[in-house]
This record gives sequence, C-alpha cells and structure tokens, in this order.
Amino acid sequence: MKTRLPYILFALWVLALASTPWVASNYIVKIATFLAMYGAIALSWNFIGGFTGYPSFATAAFVGLGSYSGALLQNAGVSGALLPLAWLGGAAVVALFAAIIGLIILRMKGHYFAIGSIAIVEVLSQLASSWSSLTGGGEGLNVKFLAGGPDFIGRVFLYTMIVIMLLAFVATVLVDKGKLGFGLRCIQQNEDAADMVGIDTTRYKIYAFVLSAVFCGAVGAAYSSWVAYISPTDSFSILLTLKAPVMVLLGGPGTVFGPVVGSALFVLMEETIWAKFLDYNQGVLGLVIVVLIFFLPGGLLRLRWRKGSA
Amino acid sequence: MSGAVRTGSPGEVLLKVDRLSKSFGGIQAVKDVSFTLNEGEIVGLIGPNGAGKTTLVNLITGVFPASSGSVVYRGDDVTNQRPFQAARRGLARTFQIVQPFPAMTVLENVVAGSLFAGAAGSRAQAEADALSHLEFVGLADLARRPAASLTLPSRKRLELAKSLAMKPKVLLLDEVNAGLNTSEIDQALTLIRAIAARGVTIIIIEHLMKVVLSLSQRILVLHHGELISSGDPQSVVNDPKVIEAYLGSKFAARQKQLAGAAP
Repeated sequence: MKTRLPYILFALWVLALASTPWVASNYIVKIATFLAMYGAIALSWNFIGGFTGYPSFATAAFVGLGSYSGALLQNAGVSGALLPLAWLGGAAVVALFAAIIGLIILRMKGHYFAIGSIAIVEVLSQLASSWSSLTGGGEGLNVKFLAGGPDFIGRVFLYTMIVIMLLAFVATVLVDKGKLGFGLRCIQQNEDAADMVGIDTTRYKIYAFVLSAVFCGAVGAAYSSWVAYISPTDSFSILLTLKAPVMVLLGGPGTVFGPVVGSALFVLMEETIWAKFLDYNQGVLGLVIVVLIFFLPGGLLRLRWRKGSA
Repeated sequence: MSGAVRTGSPGEVLLKVDRLSKSFGGIQAVKDVSFTLNEGEIVGLIGPNGAGKTTLVNLITGVFPASSGSVVYRGDDVTNQRPFQAARRGLARTFQIVQPFPAMTVLENVVAGSLFAGAAGSRAQAEADALSHLEFVGLADLARRPAASLTLPSRKRLELAKSLAMKPKVLLLDEVNAGLNTSEIDQALTLIRAIAARGVTIIIIEHLMKVVLSLSQRILVLHHGELISSGDPQSVVNDPKVIEAYLGSKFAARQKQLAGAAP
C-alpha cells in the first residue's frame, strides 16, 4: 500500500497539469508546460547523474541539438500533421549523438567527465553560431508557427511535454526495477567492483547516457516548434545544464520520484520567488545549491528513510 | 545446493600463462612469467611486497592490458580481456582491499555477482542463489544490513560470497587473510578448503607461510616480477633462491628443524 501512494500522487499531479487549460489562464498553462518539460529533463538527467553517478552537464547539448534537428526537419517540410515525426527525428539524432559521444567521454570519471560533458555544450553552441549556411548562425532560425491560435497551441505543447515526461517516467520505472538499474547502481557505488562482478560497464554507461539524452532531444525539438525561433545562446544555455542536476539533487538522485518532485519545486520557486527578485535570481540559485550540498546530500525524498535507518 | 561444482576431468589444464609481461613506464612489474593451472588445484603465489603478485592477478583478470605474452583459458586466448568478460568466463577474484558496493545490502552485493556473472535467470533466482552463498560463508544473518556496516572479517567473507555467486571455475584470492587474527584465519582456511572441495580451482596470494603451506599443492614464487621458483611446497621452501629473496635464513633453519624432528 505504502509503495503505491507515490504513484497515485504522481498520477494526480499529471492530471492536475493536464486539466489546466480548462480551469486556468494561459499563464498557468504555460507554467504547467514548463513543469512537464523540466520534469522530463530532470528524469533524463537522473539516468546518468542519479543512477550511474556520472555528473553530466551535457543536458543543454542534448536539448539544443534536439531543437536544431527538430527545427531543420520542420523547415525541410516535416511539419503540419507530420510535426510529431520532426520531434521523433530530433530525439533520434540526439540519441545517436549521445551514443557516439558517450563512447568517448564516458571513459572519464568524476570532475573530468563533468568538464568533458560541459565542453560538448560549448562546442555545439559554437558550431551552431558558426555554421551559418545550415543553422542561420547567430541570427538564429525561424520555425513556422503552428496554426490554430494561442489556446490551441498552448494545449498542443502542454500535452506534448506531458507525454514526453510520462515516457521518461515509464523508462525510469523500468530501469529502476530492472537489471539495467541494478547494474547502474553498482557502477555508481564502485565501478571497478561492478566490472569485476561481470557488468559490461561501458555498455551500461552508454545506455544510461543515451537515456539521459533521448527525452531531452524530444523536449528540444518540441520546444523549437513551440517558441518558433531558436538561437545558439538560447538553445545551448549553460544555465539549463546547471538546472538539471540541481533539480534532481533537490528531489533525490537515483530515486524514481525525486526528479519529478525536485523539478516541480524548482520551477515553482523560480516562478513565485525569483520573479520578485529580478536582480538577485542568480544569487538565489547559488544559495539553493549551497544549502543543498550542506543539508540535503540525498535530496528531499531521502530525508525520511535516512532518519528511519539511523 | 546451487554450487560452483564443475564437472571436468581433474588435472586438465584450465589456465596457461605464457611469458606474460607488464611494464609501467620504466618499471617492469611482471616479467616473462609462465605457468599452468590444472583443474582442481590450489596454487599458492608468494613473494615479497612489490614482487608483482597482484599485478599478475590483474593481468589474468584483464584489469590491465599485458605488455606482452598471453593468457589462455580453457583453450581460448583471453589475453587483454576486460574484467567483466573474465568474470563471465568463470575467472573470479577477490581484492586485497575489499571492494563492496557500500550502500547496498550484503544480499544485494552477492546478487550482483550471481545476476551478472553467475547467469542467474531472474532476480528471484539470483536472490535465492545469493542467500545460499551467504549461508555458506556464514553471513546469512547480516543479509539485510548495508555492506558498509560490516567488520573487516565479514567484508572478506562478503568478497568470498560475491565471487562464489559468480560460479567461478578459477578463484584468485588476493590476501584474503590480511588483517585477520588467528582464529579468524582458521575460519577462513576452513572456508577456502570448503570452496576447493566444491571443485573450484584456486590461486591464493598469501604472506602467511603457515596458510600457504597448509593449503597449496603447488607454490609459485615471484621476485622483482620474475618467477624464481615453482613446484611442490617442500622443494620451494628449501630452494636457496626463495630463502634469499623472501623467506629468510631463520625461516629455513626452523623448517629444517621441524623436518628433522619429524620421524
């Protein structure tokens, strides 16, 4: 019974997000869309940063590459009723990219991996601003607006983001209960020992890295259709790359519900408190990180059982 | 009992190490070492600190790539295999410095071994296997405790249970007795004999000569990375090169005395 409660709460949360177009203003619908979007991003990061213990800062690279792939596909004619195909295409490009890059940078550990992963964001960002013939360079890329008016568009992207979040959530549950999740936890605990008990650590880490990328790619591609304009600085934002781990650490890394709780708290905090501290919001982000490291090393969801087992 | 018992003709060559070498920069840690390991044997690997014993085990299990030479396991060339491949082939090892998954339970630690290398079909079967191995090493009562809470002797037992869960044909024990007191060593010896009786072939790295002599059918001696002597225990302890490099003249004199006193 106890184990079912979080699932019921999660279902209620998803229903609440999905019902916003009927009960609330477009502003609230937009926040609900962001909640689902960041939920998907945090769940993604949890595969590599939470289960596997590899502090990835590549989130913005995946989201940005997804945006550009999705936008280019749409401009090449995969639009209108075919729009979901452009999003799937964006996700597929990002998954392939993560598999190839993962093969290289997952050889590094700890700080080295963190720096390597942040470099990917920077390299892709430079590429997007330099390769003008393809990406429009620093001027960015326009994507055709979806027809149907603001209410309709708001709903389309709310539900798209919710679907992506649900897919990431289902993947998380499957990984958590399966052999892959167990192996990833072994790697997180002691990679050498994991290798010694017969875990193909390279392959498992690549699976985790691809899982951490594919939903971000879908989010990025859908985002490009939503905002209809993307630019290198907006798409490959270092701030986004930092938000993902902060959200997961806030909720509880390596747990199924931690990323959802953490991202929701973070987005709500951003909307309510930060809007009132326009000048200091970066300072507040720093403060949140410091408080997290000092007082909540295992995240909010770990609080209860840590007390219980002590 | 879902044991590690293997059928196979005793005496069959399981492992053949041929002129294996490893250098780290200018340091030759292992130099032209050749030996064979036969099914069912217990072989002691001794030598002074820094002789290259652990490096040799690391080469055999694929932790480091070899600089030259080859490792042949059951007829297959497995030189430069990855550690996880060694584990799945049935070459398990314990670490001198124990390597648990600290935040996981004792049971989960062993489940990892049977799930990933021991070919357990399902999680439930892996848990059943793991419990039987924990019972065998005497840790069943602590199965639900986090591995980090175990004492050193228990952690060594956990290492053993974990490697047994991998259903090994060859078990490489790297100083499983280091840091244990006399009675704990006796318990460990009983355990190692029981493992051997299940048909597991064992290479044991050990500094305590009492342990080496009471367990091994054959002894290999490494010094400065080279195999300086090998053979049955008596001829090895009487080998002047071994006495000079490792055992010391005092030990040799006492051995002679003991041999003289015996009828």
